[in-house]
Amino acid sequence: MRELKLMKGNEALAESAIRAGCDAYFGYPITPQSEVLEYLSREANQRTGMVILQAESEVASINMVYGAAGTGKKVMTSSSSPGISLMQEGISYIACAELPCLLVNVNRGGPGLGTIQPAQGDYFQSVKGGGHGDYKLIVLAPSTVQEMSDFVELSFELAFKYRNPVMILTDGALGQMMEKVELNPQKERKHVELEWATTGRKNGNGRVITSLHLKSEQMEQINIRLQKKYREIEKNEIRYEAVNCDDADYIIVAYGLVARICHKAAELARAKGIKVGVFRPITLFPFPYKELFENVKDKKGILDVEMNAGQMVEDVRLAVEGKVQVEFHGRMGGVVPSPEEILEKLEEKYLGGSK
Amino acid sequence: MNEKKTLDDQHYEKIIAEESICTQDHVVYEPPKSAMYETPMHYCPGCGHGVVHRLLAEVIEEMGIIQDVIGVAPVGCSVLAYNYLNIDMSEAAHGRASAVATGIKRVLPEKLVFSYQGDGDLAAIGTAETLHTCNRGENILIIFINNGIYGMTGGQMAPTTLANMKSTTSPFGRDVATMGSPLKMTDLVAQLPGTYYVTRHSVHKAGNVRKLKKAIVKSFEYQKEKKGTCFIEVVSNCPSNWKMTPVESNKWLEENMLPFYPLGDIKTPNQKEN
Ligand code: SF4
Repeated sequence: MRELKLMKGNEALAESAIRAGCDAYFGYPITPQSEVLEYLSREANQRTGMVILQAESEVASINMVYGAAGTGKKVMTSSSSPGISLMQEGISYIACAELPCLLVNVNRGGPGLGTIQPAQGDYFQSVKGGGHGDYKLIVLAPSTVQEMSDFVELSFELAFKYRNPVMILTDGALGQMMEKVELNPQKERKHVELEWATTGRKNGNGRVITSLHLKSEQMEQINIRLQKKYREIEKNEIRYEAVNCDDADYIIVAYGLVARICHKAAELARAKGIKVGVFRPITLFPFPYKELFENVKDKKGILDVEMNAGQMVEDVRLAVEGKVQVEFHGRMGGVVPSPEEILEKLEEKYLGGSK
Repeated sequence: MNEKKTLDDQHYEKIIAEESICTQDHVVYEPPKSAMYETPMHYCPGCGHGVVHRLLAEVIEEMGIIQDVIGVAPVGCSVLAYNYLNIDMSEAAHGRASAVATGIKRVLPEKLVFSYQGDGDLAAIGTAETLHTCNRGENILIIFINNGIYGMTGGQMAPTTLANMKSTTSPFGRDVATMGSPLKMTDLVAQLPGTYYVTRHSVHKAGNVRKLKKAIVKSFEYQKEKKGTCFIEVVSNCPSNWKMTPVESNKWLEENMLPFYPLGDIKTPNQKEN
């Protein structure tokens, strides 16, 4: 039996990091995710000896993560959109040096300083690179506080399995909302010697963590190795949820918080006799292209709903390759769409308006 | 070609021929064997980087800490320091070496961590990281190579470029009214309670090299005792971008750099305790 608690999303995530045996957190306050740093500052060190350090900036935090991750420890940071933008250089270095770590983005409305309200405007930044160069993060998108908690341990597993940074892409509402959550038992923090990690020279020559490869042929080889790894991740790690898709005529595609709202919209639709299912990508990279196509290929249409100007919808279009009609509805700047509004859009796009 | 032999040459040739002094008992200096790779360095002839690398390797070997040391290399001429130092090392983004070192030290507090940074790295783009690392008193050693210029990118003005000194981006000399004054980073960090030992050295003469070596040894000992940040500035040269021969550059260093960046301890443990 897992322990049951009522918690905020941000706190559930922080608690789960402690329980996952995380060794260190480096971060900088920013709304709407400061609870992560606050909770950890209160709880973590005395319970497990986990290192908690409030850095002077997000730039410093991500480079502390780089340093600590290079020793093979379980390391993480969290921030919100503008802070994650500041971290992009460091994330690119981490991806190239192939360091396992957990990054959490509690997405808020942008661009610019924007708003502290929830948004999904960082899909491109998280999934398509963000920083410079060809690299990929594994991106997990929770839609409940339970998943905010569960994905922490999963992220560390994936990060070490592939020596790749993993991002939990969530948003201000999930971070702030309280729900009941079942917590994993406490894992022991233990030091595992990894042969690539810089922990002081052992037998053989000194080990080096770097992303510098001056010769183009060599840099190309590094890229080839990374791309091979990303293909492997695409093969093995796709996660998604398809609810009531089998008999549906229309499929709503949405991730994270919006998917929950879409479930309600689908319920309202079914009550009106419109058969609607919901497809929710859980891994945004790797994106469930084939799985989505299998679920929508014989449907009358797709409505993709996001809290942005239309970002994931590009992947949805790639998945169906023009074989199914794809419509988009988005709210921006921190506005959350309502179930009624989503149903209305679906009816407007496919059924000639609301009945 | 008819080479003229000096009296000295003749003298040494005679000794070598007659007494065979090239035996193990007569060795006065050997390069570090285990903490350094036997490979030519990419540094320009006469550059101070090679000397400081060698000193680090010597100290690491002599203190027997090769398995305990983790170094952090910067972006700059010494970006490839790990090609010469045979120890565990991490390459940092430009300016972030002390943040990377902080990350390493915090999760491996028993290890000995140092960062090796140039003036552009440490005193321009990485100023915030440098100050806050020192202010937190991270138990690391920061080695700061100050040659008053951006070496790797080809001689642009650095935060430590002297007033009126020419560089490719201050071609008429550094005009402090518009370009700011040279930044004495070492004096600045000495003001912070987190630093334990702050000192300024050079490697332009043998005596100075020996002094720097002692400072590195001391810094690692203080680090073992978890005393706080140790900060060593090395006023160095850049013959290539100063457009001088190595000998000229050392002379220029002595006549121009040292009056502004005087050598010696800026903060020592005794001072701190008083
Ligand atoms: S450019 Fe200057 S600092 Fe760089 S290696 Fe050459 S002499 Fe040394």
